[in-house]
Amino acid sequence: MALQLFIIFAMLAFGELVVWLTGVRIPSSIIGMLTLTLLLKLGIIKLRWVKSASNFLTGNLAFFFIPPGVSLMLYYGLIKSQWIPITVSIIISTILVMASTVWTYKLIRKSNGNHRK
Amino acid sequence: MEIIENKYFLLALTFGVYAVSKYIQKRTNFVLLNPILLSIAAIIIFLKITGIDYSKYKEAGAMIEIWLSPCVVALGVPLYQQLDEIKKQVVPILVSQIVGCLVGIISVVFIAKWLGATDEVVLSLAPKSVTTPIAMQVSELTGGIPALTVSAVVCTGIFGAIFGLSIFRLTRAKSAIGESLSMGTASHAVGTSRVMEISPRFGAYAGLGLSLNGILTAIVAPTILEWIM
Repeated sequence: MALQLFIIFAMLAFGELVVWLTGVRIPSSIIGMLTLTLLLKLGIIKLRWVKSASNFLTGNLAFFFIPPGVSLMLYYGLIKSQWIPITVSIIISTILVMASTVWTYKLIRKSNGNHRK
Repeated sequence: MEIIENKYFLLALTFGVYAVSKYIQKRTNFVLLNPILLSIAAIIIFLKITGIDYSKYKEAGAMIEIWLSPCVVALGVPLYQQLDEIKKQVVPILVSQIVGCLVGIISVVFIAKWLGATDEVVLSLAPKSVTTPIAMQVSELTGGIPALTVSAVVCTGIFGAIFGLSIFRLTRAKSAIGESLSMGTASHAVGTSRVMEISPRFGAYAGLGLSLNGILTAIVAPTILEWIM
């Protein structure tokens, strides 16, 4: 377990280092995720060294969003006074993102496929 | 009453409420009874009734919240496992992510503005589709309220996790990979957790959507918001 969590946190620490050195506005977690993928690909990190910690974390992803979600109660007044624009824009925009992304993906995949044939 | 403000008590409450919420969803199989939504609602009601200050809960919650970043790192594993498959479709993935990123920011800004939201709220909603650390950063940078952004991010995630699969059915895209990818693009880690339940392979695509949209949003959101606000 120690090795598993060491690797995960080492990736985060590396991400922090990159942010500190270069000042990029990408979160350390995303840099850590991509670095982990790269090191697995290069064979420097073996899959079995991180597999169980990764399974545990990715399998319970949603749970970790509960505490930030509770902060909703701080904005009760603001949300109450503007709840229509807030909820309507979130709902419609989320639907639009899903539809536009999946359609674009499908469209390009299809045209690529035809080229190959 | 002080005992219930104890951090171990509040941590136990959070785990317990989530366990019960998961059980309720399993038993009822009713999508609206989303475990995160139920847990958040139950904890807020508990804090309101007992009069415990949010800052007390935040101390305990921070110990859970700190695991959000390791969770994002851990998504590197399913991503690695799908790498060969992903390499074959770099163009459709990248282009669809750019489209999704732009649609996500621009649509929420125009709709919220049109319905009369104040600038501060509009800016807080703009990065709603991406994972919390990025969304907070963007919000802070552009003049939004980072904590309100967190709420918007969680709501977007829960909405996507509950209704995403039905929405995809309506789009008639019939592409499990495209749908998983778009779930990550639109509803970040909470949406990803939903497709992860179906299979880790789809989870990998959602994780990819989450990270690509996160990176794209971090890069383009400040500039786009300057143009359209």
